[in-house]
Amino acid sequence: MSEEEQPKGLRISPIRDGTVIDHISAGEAINVLKILGITGTTDEELSIATNVNSGLTGRKDIVKISNRELRKEEVDRIALIAPGATINIIRDYHVADKKGVEIPDTLTGVVRCTNPACISNSNEPIESRFEVLPEGLHCLYCDTLISRDITSHII
Amino acid sequence: MITSRDSGIRHIISIKDFSKEEIDTLLDKAEKIRSVLGIEHSLDGRIVAMLFFEPSTRTRMSFTSALARLGGTPITIDSVEGSSICKGETLADTIRVVSGYVDAIVLRHPRDGAARLASEFASVPVINAGDGAGQHPSQTLLDLYTIRQSMPLEKIEIGMLGDLRYGRTAHSLAYALSHYNATLHTLAPAGLELPEGLTAELRDRGMKIVEHESLEEIVNDLDVLYVTRLQRERFPDSASFTNVAQSYRITPELLSGIKENFIILHPLPRAGEIDPRVDALPCARYFQQARNGIPVRMAMLHEVICDE
Repeated sequence: MSEEEQPKGLRISPIRDGTVIDHISAGEAINVLKILGITGTTDEELSIATNVNSGLTGRKDIVKISNRELRKEEVDRIALIAPGATINIIRDYHVADKKGVEIPDTLTGVVRCTNPACISNSNEPIESRFEVLPEGLHCLYCDTLISRDITSHII
Repeated sequence: MITSRDSGIRHIISIKDFSKEEIDTLLDKAEKIRSVLGIEHSLDGRIVAMLFFEPSTRTRMSFTSALARLGGTPITIDSVEGSSICKGETLADTIRVVSGYVDAIVLRHPRDGAARLASEFASVPVINAGDGAGQHPSQTLLDLYTIRQSMPLEKIEIGMLGDLRYGRTAHSLAYALSHYNATLHTLAPAGLELPEGLTAELRDRGMKIVEHESLEEIVNDLDVLYVTRLQRERFPDSASFTNVAQSYRITPELLSGIKENFIILHPLPRAGEIDPRVDALPCARYFQQARNGIPVRMAMLHEVICDE
């Protein structure tokens, strides 16, 4: 059977309830999970597909998370690295809700400030906080602007 | 100024939080205070914590003096060694505890953004007296105040000389002047120019910025010259430092053709940037600028404590 003839959904089995994050930029699935705080040690049942053929972007990653419905504000955190992602909330094998991601106005606890002297890099009980600007991420504590290589500063 | 959303408390953290109207109001208040400078009683019975987690003689003395002139009483921490910080306490906890003892907190801290953090945990107003390489709004306000004593702030031609990369006072002043349609002339050694991000931000805010190679070519067109200290450690060797320092030195001879109302400011301390012979000229305003720290800081304390 050629690749084109494979039935949809064969690579990762469908989930009954949970969240499917589709159209993640190829290679970013692991970073997406990192931002969502889903690691190998948490309880969620996960399926990850990377570099899957996609008509839209050429290649894409897909993540399926069983028995957990991600809230919109959780999902918006991934917009930085996967701006074209779509979120499907699945209930009893059906798509109950479908939404895109929107870059939030502020990012809290997602990215580490590149300024080592920033108070957010000390042992204070705060999370990093950035204002999202067209030119990059602006630290709301020390005014540092991160404009390059944002993904490598993801916490 | 920023106002805490939940409590309505007002803090002074960064000059960037000020609207033009707020700057003008504060400078007007400082002017009113200066005209009757003596002991006032508007902060009688009020207590202010001076939390200085790194050395700063002048800012601390000037805030303490300003407070005393308003009738208030300071309580002071002047080093990390003398505080619970050395026992591992976070700044957030220190601020929460101290908030219970005082009516306002003046904070100097080595970390960038420390004052912003403090404002999030304090239940009383916080005034930033310098946090790391970050903000030092009282310096900027007194710089503006000193300029305004000689000329209106609108549309001035200001030159900035020296280490413009690391000099936070120059950054904040440039930012504040972008409210007033100033033209900024910069003169800095290679590698010590204004940071690109700041230049872009100022231009976005409509400021005209012109870079120059030598002071002679601009000094006669300026209304204000803001001189900052060149630090030896920013240069690869003593010879290059001496060369640059020499070519950036302000002398009476250099000032022979200046405009009538031209003034020179310097946040002090100075190293060798200004020839001591300049001190006697009417354009030398840096000691007056330092004195202006009192009415401006009185206005700041009054603003956050009394106008809640």
